Amino acid sequence: MQIYLPIADLPVNVFLVLGMGLAVGYISGMFGIGGGFLMTPLLIFIGISPAVAVATVSSHIAASSFTGAISYWRKRALDVALAMMLLSAGIVGTATGVWLFTELRALDQLDLVIGISYVTLLTVVGGMMIYESVRAVMRTRRGMPATLRRPGSHTWLHGLPFKLRFKRSKIYVSAIPVWAIGFVIGFVGAIMGIGGGFLLVPMLIYFLRVPTATVIGTSMVLTLITMASATVMHAATNHLVDAVLALILMIGGVIGAQFGARTGQKMRGERLRLLLGLLVFAVGMRFAYELVVQPDDLYSLRYVETG
Amino acid sequence: MMQRLAATLTIIVLACGATPAAAERLVVSLSNHRVAVTSNFVGEELVLFGTVEPDLQTNSLRPPYDLVVTVTGPRQTLRTRRKQRMFGIWVNVDAREFVGVPSYLGVLSNRPVVDIANQETLRRLQVGLGYFLLPQRIGPDFADTVRDDPFRRAFVRLKNQQGLYRESSTAVTFLTPTVFRAAIPMPAAVPTGTYEIEVELFASGNFVARTDTALEVIKTGFEQYVADAARDNGLLYGMATALMALLIGWFASVVFRHD
Repeated sequence: MQIYLPIADLPVNVFLVLGMGLAVGYISGMFGIGGGFLMTPLLIFIGISPAVAVATVSSHIAASSFTGAISYWRKRALDVALAMMLLSAGIVGTATGVWLFTELRALDQLDLVIGISYVTLLTVVGGMMIYESVRAVMRTRRGMPATLRRPGSHTWLHGLPFKLRFKRSKIYVSAIPVWAIGFVIGFVGAIMGIGGGFLLVPMLIYFLRVPTATVIGTSMVLTLITMASATVMHAATNHLVDAVLALILMIGGVIGAQFGARTGQKMRGERLRLLLGLLVFAVGMRFAYELVVQPDDLYSLRYVETG
Repeated sequence: MMQRLAATLTIIVLACGATPAAAERLVVSLSNHRVAVTSNFVGEELVLFGTVEPDLQTNSLRPPYDLVVTVTGPRQTLRTRRKQRMFGIWVNVDAREFVGVPSYLGVLSNRPVVDIANQETLRRLQVGLGYFLLPQRIGPDFADTVRDDPFRRAFVRLKNQQGLYRESSTAVTFLTPTVFRAAIPMPAAVPTGTYEIEVELFASGNFVARTDTALEVIKTGFEQYVADAARDNGLLYGMATALMALLIGWFASVVFRHD
């Protein structure tokens, strides 16, 4: 069944888009991430312009992270204070990202920047996750406990000023790295159309030593708010959010996420991280391939204005 | 501005004797003057019917005739960008802006336009994809370049791949020597707006008569509403979309609650 998308200005098959929403939702539920880094490339692949894809996916991620955030809220597994601190910088990051997005589009370099950002971010993060989880798997094989968090170990980040105490997460850290992380997540989210969950969770664990109990819930609250505001900002400045496309994706996404979450709970933590690392790395390599290999068509069109 | 100038020039040229004093007239009718883009729009084909009427004074006809129908969609400005390898990756290095060019351009004829009239006539009348005026912004000026300019060729090719620029030498059929029918293809990605249809009649390589008509492509119902809202009330539209996301997220958490 074909349906015409009013902003993307092209007809798509409803079941194809719904299926994509289900598949990405399944993966996002399984790993506790938004799945934007998969959804945006998929939309571009079916012919939706990168700009519309990035802007629309933000609303899709807002929906799935809200579902997640509610369930973590019920379990009291989120740190509202930490989320709000991250958020204060996240909003600034998102606004900067949306502004840069508009500028780059005018310079014909948006697609390139999206491509390069995906390659560097995904291959680096994916590579690190693979390395870390393989080591964890090896350790458990040798009968040692696979601990992520070494209590009491401090890095130079803990020596920075403006220290704050986050009771729920039981951490005492400087506001500077918290703000920096928030800004980076908001910024890449707006540019790349990703919630940044797969980035934020490891950052919170490694840099701030946030315990695993509160890390995913907190990350979901942040993702929810940055993505909801990215939706509003993209709609207000670039008029690129396709509500019809977003609706189909959301419906598929929230259903898929439920089944994914069940599968995820049955798997061991380090195996899950290894799988996610491989997936992230593979998507990064896919983008690298596109940048390096000569495109079928050297020319492309960009719509400037009507009238 | 160049466009208007070109149009004025064409009119002057025509007034100065391009149109023969005694000539046949064209009468055309379109199957539908309005194409509605709805949620299940997958493209449509419109049909233009017409006859060649003899000249009123001499009452003469001189078949065989050739007919070219040129359909131009609402004007838009587009950038054509060219990629080149830089530091091992492919980057957009060069771009040309095509200003006020038709979003849709269909050239339909009963045989290839190059066989209908000579190049000079085709260029003067802007008949055929190769001869249609596509102004580019070159510094502070606007000008159409030569036919085989790489950017122009790439632009026409890309528009052709989208199904928006097309030239068909079989779309017009003469049912009798004076009655014709033209099939106008409207692809799914057709832009909304007013489309001008120009019908030009040729006989043995000479331009004989012209007439024009128009059609309108409109988004209707929900699609129209969404597109208008996104353009006119961006902020409100964004907030509504974000709210929809929250509602669906909340709804899912209620429906799939495990505990």
